[in-house]
Amino acid sequence: MFAYIVRRLGIIVVTLFGSSFLLYNLAALSGDPLEALRTSREPNVQQQIIALTRQLQLDVPPPIRYFYWLKGILSGLVGHIDFGMTRTGHPVVDQIALAIPTTLRLVSGATVLAIVFGISIGIITALRQYSRFDYAMTFVSFLLFSLPIFWVAVLLKEYLAIQFNDFLGEPTITPQWIFFASVFSGIFWAAIISGSRARVFAIFGIAGTSTAALLSILSATKWFANPGFGPIVLFGLAIGIAFGVTYLSTGLGNSAALKSALTMAVLTLILYYPNQWLFGVSNKKLVYVLMIVTLFVVSGLVPMLFSKIDRGPIIRTSILAAFLMGLLTVIDKLMQTWKPYMETDAVYFRPVPTIGQVNPLLEPGNFWINFLDILVHLFLPTTALLLISFAGYVRFSRGTLLEVLNQDYIRTARAKGLTERTVIMRHAFRNTMIPLTTIMVVDIMSVIGGAIITERIFGWIGMGTLFNQAIGSFDLNLLMGVFLLTGFLGVSANLVADLLYSTLDPRVRSGAGKK
Amino acid sequence: MIFKRKQKVVENLAEANENAIFNKETEGLSQGQIVFRRFVRHKAAMISVFVLFSLIMIVFTSSGVKIGPFTIPGWWQYKFDQLLDLRTEGCPPGVVGCPTLDMVPSFIDGTGMGLGMHPFGQDDIGHDYLSMVMRGAQRSIYVMVVIGFLGGSIGIVVGSISGYFRGWVDALLMRLTDFVITIPTIIIGSVVGYHFGNLGVGFLAFYLGIFAWTGLSRLVRGEFLKLREMEFVDAARVAGASNRRIIFKHILPNAVGIIIVSITLLMSGAILLETALSYLGFGVVAPDVSLGSLISQFQDSFTIRPWLFWWPGLFIITIALSINFIGDGLRDAFDPRQRRRLGKKEKAASRDQAKIAAASN
Repeated sequence: MFAYIVRRLGIIVVTLFGSSFLLYNLAALSGDPLEALRTSREPNVQQQIIALTRQLQLDVPPPIRYFYWLKGILSGLVGHIDFGMTRTGHPVVDQIALAIPTTLRLVSGATVLAIVFGISIGIITALRQYSRFDYAMTFVSFLLFSLPIFWVAVLLKEYLAIQFNDFLGEPTITPQWIFFASVFSGIFWAAIISGSRARVFAIFGIAGTSTAALLSILSATKWFANPGFGPIVLFGLAIGIAFGVTYLSTGLGNSAALKSALTMAVLTLILYYPNQWLFGVSNKKLVYVLMIVTLFVVSGLVPMLFSKIDRGPIIRTSILAAFLMGLLTVIDKLMQTWKPYMETDAVYFRPVPTIGQVNPLLEPGNFWINFLDILVHLFLPTTALLLISFAGYVRFSRGTLLEVLNQDYIRTARAKGLTERTVIMRHAFRNTMIPLTTIMVVDIMSVIGGAIITERIFGWIGMGTLFNQAIGSFDLNLLMGVFLLTGFLGVSANLVADLLYSTLDPRVRSGAGKK
Repeated sequence: MIFKRKQKVVENLAEANENAIFNKETEGLSQGQIVFRRFVRHKAAMISVFVLFSLIMIVFTSSGVKIGPFTIPGWWQYKFDQLLDLRTEGCPPGVVGCPTLDMVPSFIDGTGMGLGMHPFGQDDIGHDYLSMVMRGAQRSIYVMVVIGFLGGSIGIVVGSISGYFRGWVDALLMRLTDFVITIPTIIIGSVVGYHFGNLGVGFLAFYLGIFAWTGLSRLVRGEFLKLREMEFVDAARVAGASNRRIIFKHILPNAVGIIIVSITLLMSGAILLETALSYLGFGVVAPDVSLGSLISQFQDSFTIRPWLFWWPGLFIITIALSINFIGDGLRDAFDPRQRRRLGKKEKAASRDQAKIAAASN
C-alpha cells in the first residue's frame, strides 16, 4: 500500500510538472504583458516598461523563465515557498490566501445541499423506477444539465431577488399562487408516495389542502414580514424529526431509540427560552461552541438511560435527531433576526441582494444580524450552483442504487425476511454510498478551483476571480499560482478517491492487487 | 396457499412469455437493426431528434449561402450586422424594438398569428434580433460539431492505440492524457480565447477540440483493454489480420456504442462550454455573435427588454436538452441488458396466455 501511494504521488508530481510547463508556455506565448503599456501615452512609459520587464523577468524566454518560477515553488521544500509576485507587486500567496475562504464560503453550502438533496431524490426515483415521479425527475435533471449557469443566474436575480423583495414589502400571497402551490404540492407528494388510485387521490387531497391552509395562514398573519416558529411549532417539528430519524435509522420498532429521540424533542422545548437567552446575552463565539459541545454530549448520554444493549444505533439516532433539532432552533433564531435585519438602515426592507459577499453598510457588532447578512448574500449563488450540480447527483445515485438493487446480496437480504427498510437503508444504501463517496471527494476538491462564472455574476472575489484577472492582465505568476493549487487538488482528489474506494469496499484492492 | 402457488406459476409463465415476445422481435435482425429499433422506440429521444433536426435546418437556412459566384438567399430578409431603424409602434411606452411575433390566434385577440417585421425584436441599436440569434446559433452549433468531431477522433485514436498496444505506448499516452486533464478546459479556452479570439470561431472550435478528447480516450482505452482479450480477437490474429485491421475492423465496431454515447455527451457539454466562454468574453468576440455572447451582452436589459435575454437562452437549452435526450436514448439502445417495458396491452395479453396455459395444465 505504501509503495502504491508513493508511486501515485510520483505520478502526480510528474503530471503537474508537465501540465504546468504546458500552460506556462501557452499563456506566455498567447499575449504580451506589456501591450497595455506600449500603447499608453504616459510620460514615464519607458521606465515602467523597464521596471516591469525586470520584475517579471520578461527578457528571459518563457521555457527558461518557467524554471525560474519552478525554482521558487521547489524552494517550498526547504521551507520558503515562493509563488512570485503579481503584476501589481503583491505576493501571489497572499492573494490566494485571501481568495480561498471566500470561495469555500461560496461553494461549501451549495455542495453539501446538492449532495443531500441529489442523493435523496436519486434514491426516491430509483425506488419508484418508471413511475411518473421518476420520469419527471429525469426530465428535470436533464433540463438542469442543459442550463447555462449565467442564464439561470439572471433569472434568479430577477425572480428570487427583485420580485421577492417586492413581495416582502407587501407579504400577502394571492389566491392564484396559493392554488398553484397547493396543486403542485399535492402532485409532488402523491407522485412520491404513490400506491393504489384511491390512496393517490387521498394523498393529493391531504397535501394540497394542508399546503393551501398553511399558505393562507402565513399570508393572513403576514408571517413573511416577521417569521419565526415559536416554541409550540418548534416542538411539533422536533417530534416529526424524532419519528423521521428513528424510522430511517433504526425503525420505529426500536423503542429505546424512539424514546431517546423524543426526549431530545422534549429537551428542545424545555430549553427553548434558556436558548433564546443564551443567544441574546452574548456575542462571544465561545458560548456557541460550548452549546454545540453540550448538544452532542447530552444527546450521546441520554440513550444510556433507555438501553443497556446495542447502544450504537440508538446513540447515532439520538445524536442525529438532536443535531437536526439544534439546527431548527438556530433557524428559528435567524428567523427572529429577520425583522430587525430588514429594519436596519443598510437593508431597509430590500433584504435579498443580487450581488456582493456582505453588505458593506451594515455595522458590525451584532452576531446574528451579520450572520443573517452572510446567509442572505449566499442565497442566490448557492441556489444557482445547487441547481447546476444537483442533477448529477440525482442521476448518479439513481443509477448506482438500481445497480445495487439487482445484486444477489439484496435478494439474500429480502429472502432472509428483513424488512424493506432494513434492506434499503442498511444493505442497498450503504453500498450505493461507496461509489458516491469517491465522486463527492473529486467534486469537493475541484470546486475549490472556484466557480469562475458564478463568482463573476454575483460579484464574489474568490479563486475564479483571481484566475479571470490573471488572464485579463497577462499575470503569469498569478495564473500559475491559481492553477498549481487547483491542479494539485484535482489530481490528489483522484488519489484520495481511489484510496477511499479501496478502504470502503474490500472487493476493490486498487493498491495491493495491481502489478 | 394453493392460490399463491398458482399465482407464482402464472407469473413464471408470464415471464417466459415476455421473453418469447422479445426473442421473436429480434429474430433474424442484425445487431445494428436491433439497436436502431430500440432507439426508435425511445420516445423522448425521437422527439429530440426531430426537434434538433428542424432547429438546425431553420437556423442554417435563415441566412444565405454564397457558393462561388452564386448566392442562395436565406428565408430571412435581414443580416445579423445590418443596422435598421428602431421600431417603436405597438410597443409599450418607453420601450423600443419590441418583438412582433404573435402566437395568439386571431379569434382570441383579433390580431392574428404572424411573424411581423422583427419576430424576436431588435437590440438596443437596431439590429434585427432574429438574425442575430440565428447567427449565434449557427456559430454555437458549428463549434459544438467541430469539438465533437475533433475531440471524438483524437479520443478514439489515442484510446484505442493505448488500450490495444499497452506497455510503454499506453503509459506514455495516458500520462499525456493526465497532463491535459489537469488543466481545466475552461482555463485553456480562456487563455487561448482571450488572446486569439479575433482569429475567428473556427480557430476557437479547433482549439477546444484538441483539448476535449481526454474523457473519451480513457473510456475507449478501458473498452479496448477488455475487448482485446476476447476470443474473436485471437481468432482474427491467428487468421493473420494486421494490427490495424484488428483495431478498426474487429474491436472498434464492438466499442461503438460507448463511443457514440460519450460523443453525444461531449457535444452537449461543448455547447455549454462555448457559450460559457463567450459569456466570459473569451470565446466568440464582437462583431461576430454566439448564443453566449448575446446573453452576456444583454443580461442587464432583462427587466426592460426581456426578449433579448430569453431567445438565446431558449436556443441553448433546446439544443443541449435534445442532445442529452438523444444520448440517453442511444445509451439505452446500445445497452444489451436494456429491455423495453411491455405496453399495458402486451402485458395483459401475455398474462392471459399464461393463465390459460396454467389452467390447461
